[in-house]
Formats: sequence, structure tokens, C-alpha cells
Amino acid sequence: MATAHSRAAARLTMSPAVLLLLCWMLIPLVMTLYFSFLRYNLLMPGTEEWIGVLNYQYFLTDPAFFAALANTLALVGGVLVLTIAGGIGLALLLDQPFWGQGIVRLLVIAPFFVMPTVSALVWKNMLMNPVNGLFAAIAKGLGLQPFDFLAEAPLSSIILIVTWQWLPFATLILLTALQSLDRERLEAAEMDGAGALDRFIHIILPHLARAMTVVTLIQTIFLLSVFAEILVTTNGGPGTATTNITYLVYAQSLLQFDVGGGSAGGIVAVVLANIVAVFLMRMIGRNLDI
Amino acid sequence: MGEIVLKQITKSFGDISVIPPLDLTIANGEFVVFVGPSGCGKSTLLRLIAGLEDVSSGTIRIDGKDATALPPAQRGLAMVFQSYALYPHMTVRNNIAFPLKMARLDKAAVDRKVEAAAAVLNLTGYLDRRPGQLSGGQRQRVAIGRAIVREPTAFLFDEPLSNLDAALRVNMRLEISELHASLGTTMIYVTHDQVEAMTMADKIVVLNAGRIEQVGSPIELYSRPRNRFVAGFIGSPRMNFIEGEAARGDGADTIGIRPEHLVLSTDGGRWSGTVSVSEHLGSDTFVYVQVDGIGTLVARAGGEFPVRHGDRVWLTPQAEKLHRFDAAGNALSSLASGKKVA
Ligand SMILES: Nc1ncnc2c1ncn2[C@@H]1O[C@H](COP(=O)(O)OP(=O)(O)O)[C@@H](O)[C@H]1O
Ligand SMILES: [Mg+2]
Repeated sequence: MATAHSRAAARLTMSPAVLLLLCWMLIPLVMTLYFSFLRYNLLMPGTEEWIGVLNYQYFLTDPAFFAALANTLALVGGVLVLTIAGGIGLALLLDQPFWGQGIVRLLVIAPFFVMPTVSALVWKNMLMNPVNGLFAAIAKGLGLQPFDFLAEAPLSSIILIVTWQWLPFATLILLTALQSLDRERLEAAEMDGAGALDRFIHIILPHLARAMTVVTLIQTIFLLSVFAEILVTTNGGPGTATTNITYLVYAQSLLQFDVGGGSAGGIVAVVLANIVAVFLMRMIGRNLDI
Repeated sequence: MGEIVLKQITKSFGDISVIPPLDLTIANGEFVVFVGPSGCGKSTLLRLIAGLEDVSSGTIRIDGKDATALPPAQRGLAMVFQSYALYPHMTVRNNIAFPLKMARLDKAAVDRKVEAAAAVLNLTGYLDRRPGQLSGGQRQRVAIGRAIVREPTAFLFDEPLSNLDAALRVNMRLEISELHASLGTTMIYVTHDQVEAMTMADKIVVLNAGRIEQVGSPIELYSRPRNRFVAGFIGSPRMNFIEGEAARGDGADTIGIRPEHLVLSTDGGRWSGTVSVSEHLGSDTFVYVQVDGIGTLVARAGGEFPVRHGDRVWLTPQAEKLHRFDAAGNALSSLASGKKVA
């Protein structure tokens, strides 16, 4: 019975969990908000004072902020495009019957289990290193000049590393979606005269739209906060070439000891993430009502 | 145009042979029904004709041309699937237009043909909906619309009505028959339902484990089944089979008699028994009789026949309607005509 009684009881029993969640989320957020209005530098303890929106003013007019914003968007966008395109390709391949399918499918998800710091270090030292790296060895073997990835194309290199980490996830979700496609629908299209390319464009891609939306949503959440890969490979450099918002907040608070400025940056990041979330939710809403 | 000739075709999946060597000719404009129990290879045979499966051996000729190696799109056939296989993200209009767009027709021609097909199928008001917003019968019509706009040499239907409720099934059956009458195109229709086969077909192909048991018009199959399988499969309720002493009296291992050819009587006849169940439909009465020494026989009486459970009744087969089978289940010459049914 959904009576007033049972509803009251439900509220009562839920309240501890809700309260805990509220504290868990609200206390850090409120403290960050509070710090963002203070002059709070770890090098000058005891001089904290209320300075209004000055921290925001400094953070938002810092040229590094715009560079970081652009880098964040490039990183998220680049990885999304590469993982979805690559994921569709891999899913199509893995969906074909071949010998050893089970093992190969298992191996494909392996990169997902390697932690970001480790995979970034492996890429940096074993693959991309201009002296000892595998790519350099291949280049030399072909008689070419080795390419110093992290110095010459730092942001692209990081996009590549992060793509490698997220490709398995995208592949897995897209493969599952592909397998749920009714074979008769493809056969109907075949009888209707659609060639392989037409079937891909008119039948397979629309069927994958929902899965692509899910991949986009989940990956965006994680890609906005990419940090470990940058820290262990480029430290945000050269200059600000690979600094994203997350890394900029870290640099502000813990490299320049400016907790107030860092907090302001954190709040800006939260606002940006919410703007992105609103766009994504719109997109999902449109894609889910097929 | 529209003649389909299968010559010695076989199909096996790995080691499992689904279709043993099979010959069949389907004449232009014919409505042919493949009927048989579930899993007997009806769909496989249809998919071989469609080109969705490759034959293991043998040849398929469509319209006089060898089509054995042609891809599905080039055989000029249209297929309606059991699941309808509509494109859920496209409107009804785009679903029906899809084969035309794939044929790169210009937009005006596409629109004209789609409107015409929609008018035939009563879909005009639904052209801008998606399949998800349609009822089962309407989806079925969209699938048929998608097939007719291509003006194929033959239509293939794979159990198209099995997802519809009984009332709708009867309606769609009529609509498909009317469509065949108005288009005059060859149609091959697969079903496991002998009522659909009997009501729609010009020619029925009875399949059993991939083999053709008999080919013929509905009435031929009904009145002169070549073997026990066909005799038992065609007709509802199914034919009564009697073995043993009673059959040997007629010079056969098994005799078969349809419920409608058993004369019911309350005073006397060849076999006597007690009524176990009687079904009173008003138009007919079906009586299940426990006959002494034979078993349960079903008899049909036209109109109302007032008996109840436990009543004693007598049954007499109409001699000229008696079917006789040998030990292998093949039909022996009928008593009435005296000539062998081969
Ligand atoms: N792709 C396939 N691989 C292996 N066996 C199959 C395949 N398709 C059908 N079969 C087998 O072939 C037989 C006939 O199937 P089908 O033609 O679908 O029967 P029906 O349509 O008469 O019910 C079944 O025993 C089925 O298991
Ligand atoms: Mg079937």
C-alpha cells in the first residue's frame, strides 16, 4: 500500500543514506566554493582573507586557461572521434565468425585493465621514446629519422595514449549493440538491393546510434578529468601544450600553492562539466526515443 | 516471366543435410505454398530460392536464367519475413521507399510508387509514422508494401502471419490472396498451418524432413493423399487412422478416414463405441468416440448432433472415401476408383 504511512516510513529509512550522500557531496563542494573566494596561499599561511571574485578574475583571464580549455576540448573530442570510429571498425571485425573468437575478444578488452599511469609510462618509455622506443627502432629500421612524439606532437600523443585505453570500452559496447541487430533486417536490406556500404550507412549505423550515445556520455565524463596520463608523460608541457583544465587546477593549487585560485578553477571546471552534461543529455534524450 | 525451376538442389549445414536432392517447378503466376511441420526445411528452401543461403549442389533457374550464383538483389525476388524486418528508425514512407532508393530511382518516381503502394495497402494515413507506432497488421502491410514497390518477378513469404492474432490472420490471408489475384505475380508462401495452405494455394508442396512428400492442388491433396504423412497433415481435425484387424479386412495395413466421412448414428453401423467428448459448434458437431477394439475416432456431423459424454453411438465410414495404406505408409489404390494413386 502506497499510503501516507508507508511513504513516511520509506522517507525515514532512506534519510540516513540521503544525508550521508549530501554530506559527501556538499561539504567538499561548499568548502571549495568558500576557498575560491579567499586569498589562500600555502606559502603565506595565516594571511587568508576574503577577496571576492578576484580568484575567478585571475583564473579566467589567465592565458593558460584558454589554452587549457582548448586542450580539454581537443582531448575529449579527439578521443571520442577516434574511439567511436575505431570501436565500430573493431566491432564489425569481431562480429565476423573466425577461429579463436573468444580469446581475441578477451584480449581486446585487456588495455582497459591497465591503469592509466602504467599505460602512459609504457607508451612514453617503451613505444614513443625517441632513443629507446619501439617506434624509433622501426623508424630507424626503415631508414627514417625517429620522431620525438611527446616533444613534437604532445597533445596528439596524449590523445593517442588515451584512445588506446578507451578503445576497448567503446568496442565492447558497440559490439554488444551490433550483436543485437536482427539478422533478418540485414537480409531484408540485402534483398532490397542495398550493397555492403548502403547496409552499413542505412541499417547498421542507425542501429548503433544509441550505443554511440552511451559511449559518448560515459567517456566524456571520464575524459574531462584525464590527469595521470598528462602527469607522467608531459607534465602539461611543453609550455601549456598539454595542460587541460584538470591539470591546470592541479598546477594552480599544488605547484603554485595557490589554493584559492585552484578552488576557483575547480568551480569553473564543475560549471563547464555541467554545460557539457546538459548538451549530452539533450543528445541522449533525442536518441533514446526511437 | 516468374517461372522458378529447382533442379536437384541440396543443402547441408556442415554435416547435417537439411534438403536432400529436390526438384520443383513453380509456374508463372502460381500461388505455391510450402507446408510442413516446424523444422522440416521450409524456410531453408525459401532462403535458397531467395539467395540468402547458397545451395550445396543443384541449380536454380528464375525466369529461364540460371540464378544459382546470383546475389539476392539480382534475382528480382522480394521477401516478406516472419519478423517483418522493418527498419525501425525510418518512417513507413522511407521503409517502403528503401528498395527504390537503393535502385537509385529519381525522387518523383519514388514518391509516386510509394503513394500507390500505400493506397493499395490502406497505409496512406500512416506514411509518416515509424514502425514502432503501428499495430502488428499494419507492420505486416508495410513489409508487403516494401515488397510490392519493387515489382518483383516473384514474392516470397516466410510465415508472414504467424505473429498476428487469429482474427487478423484471417483478414490478412484474404488480403494476400486478393493481392495475388490483382497482381498475378508468382508467390511462394511458407507456413506450418495447413489451413492457410488449403485456403490460399493454387499448389501445395508438402515437405517432411526436407523431402517433398506430395505436390498438388489443395483438393488433390485432400482427396488423394499419396501417403500417410500427407493424409494426416492435410485436413482438420486430422484423418483417423485404423490399424490391425479392421484394416486387414479392407486389404490394407492401415486405413484412414476423415472425420467428415464417418457417418454418425444412434441406432446402428459398422463400429460402435461410447462418446468421450462432443464439441457443439452449431454449424458442426465433432464427436470423439471411444470405439471398442480400435481406439478413439473423431467424427463430424453437420449441424447439431445431440449426444453427450457416455452415450453409445455407431460409426460407418463412407466406403468411397476410405484411404488405404501399406506397411510403408504409401497409399494403395482406392477402393472406389480401382486405380493406383502414385
Ligand atoms: N544456419 C543454420 N545452421 C545449421 N542448421 C540450420 C541452419 N538453418 C536451419 N538449420 C536447420 O535446418 C532445419 C530446417 O530449418 P528451417 O528451414 O528453418 O525449418 P522450418 O522453416 O521448416 O521450420 C532445422 O533442423 C534447423 O535446425
Ligand atoms: Mg521457418
